[in-house]
Amino acid sequence: MGFRIKAAGALALALIIGAGAAWAQGDVISQRKAAMKAIGDGNRAPAAMLRGEAPFNLSTVQAQLKVIEASATSALKLFPDNSKTGGDTAALPKIWETKADFDGKMRKFADDAKSAQVKITDEASFKQEFPALLKTCGGCHTDYRARRS
Amino acid sequence: MRKIALLVVVLAVAGFAVFWFISAPQRAVAAGDASFNAPGEVERGKDIFFAGGCASCHATPNQADRLRLGGGLEMKSPFGSFYAPNISPHPRDGIGNWTNADLANAMMRGVSPDGSHYYPAFPYTSYAGMQADDARHLMTYIRTLQPVEGRARAHDLGFPFNIRRTLGVWKWMFFDTAQVKTDPARSASWNRGQYLTEALAHCAECHSPRNALGALVSAQRYAGGAEAHGDGWVPNITPRSLKDWTRGEWVQLLQMGLTAEGDSVGGSMGSVVRNIAELPKADAEAMADYLMTLPASESPPRPKK
Repeated sequence: MGFRIKAAGALALALIIGAGAAWAQGDVISQRKAAMKAIGDGNRAPAAMLRGEAPFNLSTVQAQLKVIEASATSALKLFPDNSKTGGDTAALPKIWETKADFDGKMRKFADDAKSAQVKITDEASFKQEFPALLKTCGGCHTDYRARRS
Repeated sequence: MRKIALLVVVLAVAGFAVFWFISAPQRAVAAGDASFNAPGEVERGKDIFFAGGCASCHATPNQADRLRLGGGLEMKSPFGSFYAPNISPHPRDGIGNWTNADLANAMMRGVSPDGSHYYPAFPYTSYAGMQADDARHLMTYIRTLQPVEGRARAHDLGFPFNIRRTLGVWKWMFFDTAQVKTDPARSASWNRGQYLTEALAHCAECHSPRNALGALVSAQRYAGGAEAHGDGWVPNITPRSLKDWTRGEWVQLLQMGLTAEGDSVGGSMGSVVRNIAELPKADAEAMADYLMTLPASESPPRPKK
């Protein structure tokens, strides 16, 4: 009887830990998705400015640069080894095969967003610098993200 | 009995004759056409190079310099793996010894200089729509690039797909060699966009579903579908899915890779954007003008994950 209770308890504990681990892993995936989506959503206003469809607004651009810097910095911790699959992730296995390259690019993305905050002071410097930052997005999506639409 | 055997032999011979006749490689430009082999213009050739997306497949993978065309990229397909060949101007391992006519026949008819068929993983099905003269300019530009030594490995295909002559039958069934037709009712920009999109940039090759023999399903041209050389899903780019996109958003996508939703495209489209970014802005605008007028088409059903 005592053994049975202990076994049931151990099993319950194992289930809780397992579910917790699965939840934590799914959580990392949803966190990194949210970080990337924050960048994408925030890109829409500067993109309209680049197209000349919205008036240039320095504070909106600066706010987005901070979003990119913060999101890219947090994303560095959001691709642990146990998050290769699950949560409908579009992350390709190549991320973990060449993790140093991936991390280097993510860090550079954050750094570029930080230095752009200094470089972008007016509309001319915005039109010069912002497209380069967008190119950085595409650099990683080309190598490290599955095609989904 | 002997009559039946004779009949079988006659039918087999006739069948083989028909096969041989319809599978014969056809050229677009006579190999000995001297005027065609006069040098073209390097700058025009460079635009055709980037519009045609040559570097996306022929630049060696994981190499920063996209103008070293040593090949080697693997393209998976249901028929096996294709490996993009070396098209650098190396005389032995690349296409350094090719004439302008050789390149025109390769691109517009899928025929090699020695008269064998290429596989349609090389999108001659789209390049067929180009002006032969553009192949002349392109060959002139490729000759200015750096020769790269070494050949890519041979394609790894199952039977019967490994017999190149059978591609003649495939071409007879599916290959339309018509050039892109100018529509006088449309603007010059739209027509330029049509030429770039349909012939050189070969957008339909990835953005359309394929049938069991790997030919595009014309009724669902540009409706997206499963990625032919990977496990991704290629988007529908007809107004069925992108009807709210403005011209400016299209241009931004083509030049910078940014979607109207603020996302940044990846996969092989990332490479396409790098090519189009090398072209004049007017070319991206022309493509936008054309793409916005594609007929709306329903996407193929997407398998559940």
